[in-house]
Amino acid sequence: MRRFNFSRQVARGNFKANRLAICLACLVFIACFTCNRPLFAQEKNPYAGDPKVAKLGEYQFRLNCAFCHGLGARGGGRGPDLTRAQKRHGNSDAEIFHNIHDGITGTAMPAATNGGIGVGMTDEEIWQVVTYLRSVQVKAPAQPIGNAPHGKELFYGSAGCSTCHMIEGKGGRFGPDLTGTGASRSTDYLIESVRNPSRRLAQGIFEAMKEFPQEYESVSVVTADGTKYAGVVLNEDQFTLQMLDTREQLHLFEKDKLPSCEKHRESAMPAYDQKMLGDKDLQDLIAYLQTVGAQ
Amino acid sequence: MKFTFPIRRQFFLYLIASYFVASLACSQVTSQRLLDSAKEPQNWLMYSGDYSGRRYSTLDQINTLNAASLLPKWAYQTMGTGKYESTSLVVDGVLYGTGSDDRAFSLDARSGRPIWQYQRALPADIRPCCGRVNRGLAILGDKVFLGTLDAHVIALDTKTGNVIWDVSTAEYAKGYSITLAPLVIKNLVLIGISGGEYGIRGFIDAYDAATGARKWRFYTVPGPGEPGHDTWEGDSWKIGGAPAWITGTYDPVTNTTFWTTGNPSPSNRGEGRAGDNLYSNCLLALDPDNGKLKWHFQFTKHDEHDYDATQVPVIVDEGDRHLIVQANRNGFFYVIDRTTGKLISATPYGRVTWSDSKDANGVPVERKEASPTLTGVPVCPGALGATNWFSPTYDPQTKLFYVTAREQCDIFSTAPQPYEAGHAFYGSAYYPNDDSQPFWGAVRAIDPATSQIKWELKHLSPSWSGVLSTAGGLVFTGDADGNFMALDAASGKILWHFQCGASVYAGPMTYAIDGKQYVTIAAGTALFAFGLP
Repeated sequence: MRRFNFSRQVARGNFKANRLAICLACLVFIACFTCNRPLFAQEKNPYAGDPKVAKLGEYQFRLNCAFCHGLGARGGGRGPDLTRAQKRHGNSDAEIFHNIHDGITGTAMPAATNGGIGVGMTDEEIWQVVTYLRSVQVKAPAQPIGNAPHGKELFYGSAGCSTCHMIEGKGGRFGPDLTGTGASRSTDYLIESVRNPSRRLAQGIFEAMKEFPQEYESVSVVTADGTKYAGVVLNEDQFTLQMLDTREQLHLFEKDKLPSCEKHRESAMPAYDQKMLGDKDLQDLIAYLQTVGAQ
Repeated sequence: MKFTFPIRRQFFLYLIASYFVASLACSQVTSQRLLDSAKEPQNWLMYSGDYSGRRYSTLDQINTLNAASLLPKWAYQTMGTGKYESTSLVVDGVLYGTGSDDRAFSLDARSGRPIWQYQRALPADIRPCCGRVNRGLAILGDKVFLGTLDAHVIALDTKTGNVIWDVSTAEYAKGYSITLAPLVIKNLVLIGISGGEYGIRGFIDAYDAATGARKWRFYTVPGPGEPGHDTWEGDSWKIGGAPAWITGTYDPVTNTTFWTTGNPSPSNRGEGRAGDNLYSNCLLALDPDNGKLKWHFQFTKHDEHDYDATQVPVIVDEGDRHLIVQANRNGFFYVIDRTTGKLISATPYGRVTWSDSKDANGVPVERKEASPTLTGVPVCPGALGATNWFSPTYDPQTKLFYVTAREQCDIFSTAPQPYEAGHAFYGSAYYPNDDSQPFWGAVRAIDPATSQIKWELKHLSPSWSGVLSTAGGLVFTGDADGNFMALDAASGKILWHFQCGASVYAGPMTYAIDGKQYVTIAAGTALFAFGLP
């Protein structure tokens, strides 16, 4: 009878613990009991590195997380890429456990408890998912591959990104704010967004009860007095259009009063080819985005 | 001795007076009134308005000429969060409604002011698969009936909201819950169980309205020795699912009640449950007096895409043809002879890729390549369906069937998972294909005579709103952007709209008090009523 839920439902599978795991679990339980601390306060995952547990965790991930974070945890329509070593809301096992268990305030990430995601995941299942995430984690090099300071120069300089995009309060408003993007998207996604921005339009406003977010569609409008505007859609419904024009002016239209209103699924952002931005520069730019995101 | 007579006389006088008052009182809904609901269009006596499931009203004060002037008359804040999926009842000026988390209330339907409020004390470990929702009440006599998320059926006093009786239908801790509005037939309260995501064994129950005593149970997964049991592999029937989570309909002429069922468990993985898996994804024709099965029709055999058939089975008569019509979640519009259960036609009304052929009886069958795999296969419609539980409507004036359709495809993958009692049991994962165009929706007007789409009103984003039609030539519906709208039933043209502030997940209904017609819709945390200036 599954119907839409804002977050994928939680399922719970059998975990056939081996003896070692049972012993570990007992030890953990005793430790918790004596310290009067919850299990997730443990610094370490009791199943760390166990490939069998990682496999169970993969299935748990498919059941509970893939809807937003994608198969293989590489990021989906609304959830960040979780294969990156640097995670915006904490990198330790305990922090990841906590984020799954309690959700992340101010984001779409729900708590894995009753009412949050279905019936709630057990602690054991959450540890399985943590184990799985570690198994697919791409180890980030000590230094990002690209040159982040040069990427910053490009962002605010010759690449022209800051004309439309903002990072940490500095830049333009026309495109999406990119402050958190480096942390929440895979490198592949970032490359695609620069080289072919129209393939997957960036997501904008996400209303509380609505299934799908507004996307950064382009729009051309002619008003009753003949004025023409071109810009991006901030939000839209059957009757109204909220748009930002190229000069960052906000327009609120009633659609039936517009002689012409044409939307396009072409991004307003130019596709940066090799001539506009070479591979080395692109690497530097991404290094900058990732450095910002990790902060 | 001499004092006895006056006391006795007083007693008899009291009895006579009581009887007189009771016979005059029009606030009591009798089973006869439910049968004759067409005689009192000012009231909305059951979930779909009447037994046919048409969600159609003969009220026509609000019509195509004046709909543009509709205004909000009142709003009632339930303070319940999450999806608000309920349709209210109205009886002689009193509205009976529900909200999320099994709250119930009655209001002055003229002003929206509450008369009583009830809140179920739910255990912390209930298992609602898809939100803490409730879809409404049923009424008979001095009681309204509520199915709860902890799988109880309770009767509340219509005047006070006090609990009169409270019965448990199944163990909620094993994944059983009730989300639908019950259906009263004669003196029985019929409910269907939810829990298809937990490996439950589905059933439809009937309870004595006066006492709460269970009168019959029909298991939607046959046990050993019963017909259909051999459509399940091994012991898979024990956790076969097939919940009946949307309110049925009733044909008094043949004394048959029609119920629909949801997916077999686990929903998207057929391994381990080889066979047709009866009576999952079925239309069931039951005798309401004893729960005996008259016939069944299975829409999706051995389902692997969560194509629950839990859409209200609408009773339509076309000349000599006595039909059930259903726009199914699997993307086909089915026309079925409701006397025999034989399929007349199955025609796609949206994008369908799970089936490209039909069996000898014309029933669409699954394409092998559409079966979910470990790496995932794209299939249309997606897991949420070409439509879902929200009510369609049939308008006998236009002779059109209106349904909210969704255009969304998903990638279906399997995730092998052992069964454990009380734990969600999908065996699957689905997720939107992000390479596709943005998902959208529509209200579609389908002619049951031809199964062709007469008109379509596009929704920018898929909607979860039900649809209401009225003799005023109007169709009411809502969208994901929070708009509640009145459409011209003949053309689909939008005549009026109101922004409710949250996506609409409920069905509209209409009623009248003192000759004034109202239309209601639930959205966000509030119930809204609209009327003419």
